[in-house]
Amino acid sequence: MTETELLMWARGPALQVATVIFLLGIMVRILEILVLGRKANLAEARGSAVAGGLRTIVTRSFPDRGTLQRSTFNIVAGYVFHTGFFVVLFLFAPHILVFRDLLGFGWPSIPTPIIDATTLVTIITLLAVLLHRVQDKVMRFLSRFQDYLAWFVTILPLVTGYLAFHRIGLTPPTLIAIHILSVELLMVVFPFTKLMHAFTLFMARYYNGAIAGYKGVNS
Amino acid sequence: MSNEKTLGEVLRQQGITRRGFLKFCAATASMMALPPSMVPRIAEALEKARRPSVIWLSFQECTGCTESLTRSHSPTVEGLIFNAISLDYHHTLQAAAGTHAELARTKAMEENYGKYILVVDGSIPVANPAFSTIAGISNLAMLEETAKGAAAIISVGTCAAFGGIPHANPNPTGAVAVSDIIKDKPIINVPGCPPIPVVITGVLAQFLTFGVIPELDALGRPLAFYGKSIHDRCYRRPFYDKGLFAETFDDEGAKLGWCLYKLGCKGPTTYNACATTKWNEGTSFPIESGHPCLGCSEPDFWDGGGFYKAISMPTGDITRTAVYAIGAGAAAGVALGAVNRARKARAQKAHERVTIEDLNKDS
Repeated sequence: MTETELLMWARGPALQVATVIFLLGIMVRILEILVLGRKANLAEARGSAVAGGLRTIVTRSFPDRGTLQRSTFNIVAGYVFHTGFFVVLFLFAPHILVFRDLLGFGWPSIPTPIIDATTLVTIITLLAVLLHRVQDKVMRFLSRFQDYLAWFVTILPLVTGYLAFHRIGLTPPTLIAIHILSVELLMVVFPFTKLMHAFTLFMARYYNGAIAGYKGVNS
Repeated sequence: MSNEKTLGEVLRQQGITRRGFLKFCAATASMMALPPSMVPRIAEALEKARRPSVIWLSFQECTGCTESLTRSHSPTVEGLIFNAISLDYHHTLQAAAGTHAELARTKAMEENYGKYILVVDGSIPVANPAFSTIAGISNLAMLEETAKGAAAIISVGTCAAFGGIPHANPNPTGAVAVSDIIKDKPIINVPGCPPIPVVITGVLAQFLTFGVIPELDALGRPLAFYGKSIHDRCYRRPFYDKGLFAETFDDEGAKLGWCLYKLGCKGPTTYNACATTKWNEGTSFPIESGHPCLGCSEPDFWDGGGFYKAISMPTGDITRTAVYAIGAGAAAGVALGAVNRARKARAQKAHERVTIEDLNKDS
């Protein structure tokens, strides 16, 4: 297989398969949860469940003071690598082209030096997150294979993307093929691991908020 | 032309001044990223160099490479330097025809055995040797025979270097590159469709000056010309970095000369000297004319998923796949949810209350 064939395979059949597994898996998991439904609450409503649910989706995005003080590293590093990941994923011109191909519309990109710096910061933060997980006794005790797998498939596209952008080590088509394949690995692993939180966290927050909202209390 | 005269003598005969010659030497040194102190050495070596015998074999090609090298720049110092080599066989350019032409080749081979430079343009069909023949000799046989006595081989153009357009999927003739057949000779790949004329003369000049083949990259290309990507040397690169792109060929961005990445430019993955040496006596190069780079100096550039599709984009219809996957996922999710609900209902129905009496019973 030549490097062009590898790249064409990554952009073609491999991407198709990864997309099917990714979307089909996500849909199955979300609908399984939704279809299971919830027990009817027979108590009289004291407030709006919907308003409470929506509010909590937003409010839970901001850490409260106590949590921030107790787990400063987790929260700051968590925000940095999540934000960095999204900036790189959604605001880099070549990535936007992929979304435009998929969705039929695109959006403006940001300058590449910013993407470049953000990628580095994100990679360093993810390394720090792993170090923290390994060094902290409690974290290490709680960690399972899946936690390391999720970390690995998250940092891999960032590292391969950085190498592809700077063309380090191998020829550009090979580097881009490896980068695309690393993203496809993330897509395939995504629905079957805790990475599903990217979708389920909003459902969980909504449920929590809705329960409290129905009771007329703040969540 | 006689092989006895030196390059310097031939050039003076052609009316090239010393100044013009040194300018060429300086330009060559600069292109090859050599220090200025090397200019006199290049001049001296070229001045004294005996015109090397060059046998040029054209296989499955379009003659575009020859056109590029002989016509586009004529008459310039590069062109004359090119004339000044002893081009003993080139079936497009030579006057001789038929048996005489082939005799010229065998004679040059005998007289300069082990010393001549073999230049090849075009790919070699191996699916059936009869697909391309010259004077009844298959390309494969002619290449193998002529390569035996060559000091070095220069594969000119993407077809000779990597198989090029004949090699494109589905490759009906089984076209391969020179390096796929010849393994025991130094091969310099000078790809491009066509390659830049000064790159050819630069490679020849370096060979004449130092007597060794230039430093090559992993794909056998001289690093002096193929060491940097088009993207890295592109004058539109600042627009790429700023995120300013032409979205179509006639929008405001295109008129303002913004980056052509979104129109499928292969500059980031293409290594060639177009952005620096340019074409037509340094006038411009494809990107400067408003067209994305096709990546013609890279292997399999014809099969790269479309000239007007950026290299990051999916090749197939990803939207349709996504819609089907979401639809199938939704159906499967609902079905699985229904199964889960049914299981839950069955479990509730099968639920038996356990009383204290049950627990106190002796089993």
